[in-house]
Amino acid sequence: MSTVKPISPWKATPKDRIRDLLILLATAGATYLLVEFTPLKGKLAYFLLFFALYALATGVLSFLKYGRMTAKDSAVKVIISAGALLTVLPIVSILATIIQKGYKGIKLSIFTNDMSLATPTDPLSNGGLLHAIVGTLLLVSVALVMSVPIGILTALYLTEIKGKFTKPIRFLVQAMSGVPSIVAGLFILSAVIYPITKANSGFMGSLALTILMIPTVARTSEEVLNLIPQDLREAGTALGGTQWRTVAMIVIPAARSGLITAVILGVARIAGETAPLLLLTGGGDRVNGNPFNDPMGSLPFYIWKSFNAGSEEAITRAWAGLLVLVVLVLILFTTARFLSTRKVAR
Amino acid sequence: MTSSLSDVANAAAPRVPGTRALGTGLEARGVHAWFGSHHALADVSLDFAPGTVTALIGPSGCGKSTFIRTLNRMHEFIPSAAMAGEVLLDGKDVYAPGVDVTKIRLQIGMVFQKPNPFPSMTIGENVLSGLKLAQLKVDNKDDLLEECLERAGLWKEVKDRLGAHGGSLSGGQQQRLCIARALAVKPQVLLMDEPCSALDPGSTLRIEETIRHLSESMTIVIVTHNMQQAARVSDHTAFFLSDGGPGQMVEVAPTTEIFSRPKDKRTEDYVTGRFG
Repeated sequence: MSTVKPISPWKATPKDRIRDLLILLATAGATYLLVEFTPLKGKLAYFLLFFALYALATGVLSFLKYGRMTAKDSAVKVIISAGALLTVLPIVSILATIIQKGYKGIKLSIFTNDMSLATPTDPLSNGGLLHAIVGTLLLVSVALVMSVPIGILTALYLTEIKGKFTKPIRFLVQAMSGVPSIVAGLFILSAVIYPITKANSGFMGSLALTILMIPTVARTSEEVLNLIPQDLREAGTALGGTQWRTVAMIVIPAARSGLITAVILGVARIAGETAPLLLLTGGGDRVNGNPFNDPMGSLPFYIWKSFNAGSEEAITRAWAGLLVLVVLVLILFTTARFLSTRKVAR
Repeated sequence: MTSSLSDVANAAAPRVPGTRALGTGLEARGVHAWFGSHHALADVSLDFAPGTVTALIGPSGCGKSTFIRTLNRMHEFIPSAAMAGEVLLDGKDVYAPGVDVTKIRLQIGMVFQKPNPFPSMTIGENVLSGLKLAQLKVDNKDDLLEECLERAGLWKEVKDRLGAHGGSLSGGQQQRLCIARALAVKPQVLLMDEPCSALDPGSTLRIEETIRHLSESMTIVIVTHNMQQAARVSDHTAFFLSDGGPGQMVEVAPTTEIFSRPKDKRTEDYVTGRFG
């Protein structure tokens, strides 16, 4: 009996691969010549021209081989891939620039010193951004403690209680997520600082961040809770649980990892907020562990202040601050991705 | 027409004296159900004697599921729902003002169409989840766990992995886990809404055996689309039908009679496979 060898006749043969590679190279060559010998110039010209030519070439080839429908299909495939690449290009470019310019300012000493005895224009060996890291972590933590309960309770109202006000509340929460951060800052300034405290502090910044974080937490939690099958709620109720016991024992545990993701997305949303902090925190240069008294520094404030100082050292400081901030946010997003890829509910 | 229907209903399930363990049964008196303005179920009167299995059969959309959901007050889970009539458990109306709905659902348990073990809990926790949900105390949880799994016909298969997640079981095992979960709060009545429709024939057979065992100690109402299943497991069968309007109960009789000598022409057409 002869053994049957598994094959995949629908996949590209080595011959096909060589042909595809040749098309790619020919397109690249043609792009180069066109950019060199025509008035078209710049990276963008290379990018767009390359994809236009590649779409054309694959389209024409498919047309000759299979006909019009397949030609359209392969041309569209190339255009869509180009769109996807065009989207990630700025992100990659931003990250590359930040790493390239920021790593020069990264020293161990900047994580152990604050700017109380240094000015942004001092050499990099003086001072550091410890106060800014401490400030950002405190501001975010206080905002987290305030906004997570409110956000998740709002989501529970929208998904579990479904009361009379569900529609207006959902609308307002969505509208709130579009509020510019400076508006949140001005609101706290005029509603709390001027009439009541009359002083900047970290807590004022946290209040503004809370306003910005609640809609993110509430909307993401709502989506996650909506994914929990209605079956489970019915099963809990049919076993003699009250609605609250069912939600607390079954719905929330089933949605737990998704709710964690909602919280982390909320934190990532506010970690880099600058405008309200400029208005409200006072931006101190000293490590300040008390959110209720005295100015409090933060990474965005540090970056803004250093850029404004203008000297070479100050600008390097700013880029280093940016790098630290981006790494912080990236860590949060990676954690969120990791937690959310584990199953939310079966 | 309707009065003759309820006569049939009353005649079909002769009342037997209640026992303490089984209660005196469950009675539906003139039950109607609506979803918004849609009248889904009209004037169903049906007795479920203690220790019997009653099968509800009929084509899709005839109100069988709606009917059993009115029995343990799950019908009101739908926001636009409304109902009329009485459902008597041990002679007391479950819809009477002041009745604690959670207590009703403890006495009338339910198994759903799709197996739905709680995903965040282990097999053992799933079985005992009703106690935690209803905040009941038991002296020996391990004994109860074993008893419920044994009665649901699942103990042998899972006794060595009670700490595994409910989702790791096969569909048929999950459904038996859901039955064990419903048993843990010691209901008098168990409602089963097409419990085997998502299962293969082997698992279906296991669940039918389970139903026969359970009927010795409790009252069971089962909705099914499978007429052989109704014939195999039930003592009484009620045929439901909607002729475009609200669903109605056409006929109820001992199961052997429904399948051999139905009184109504429509029942005969349905059970002989001429329509539906």
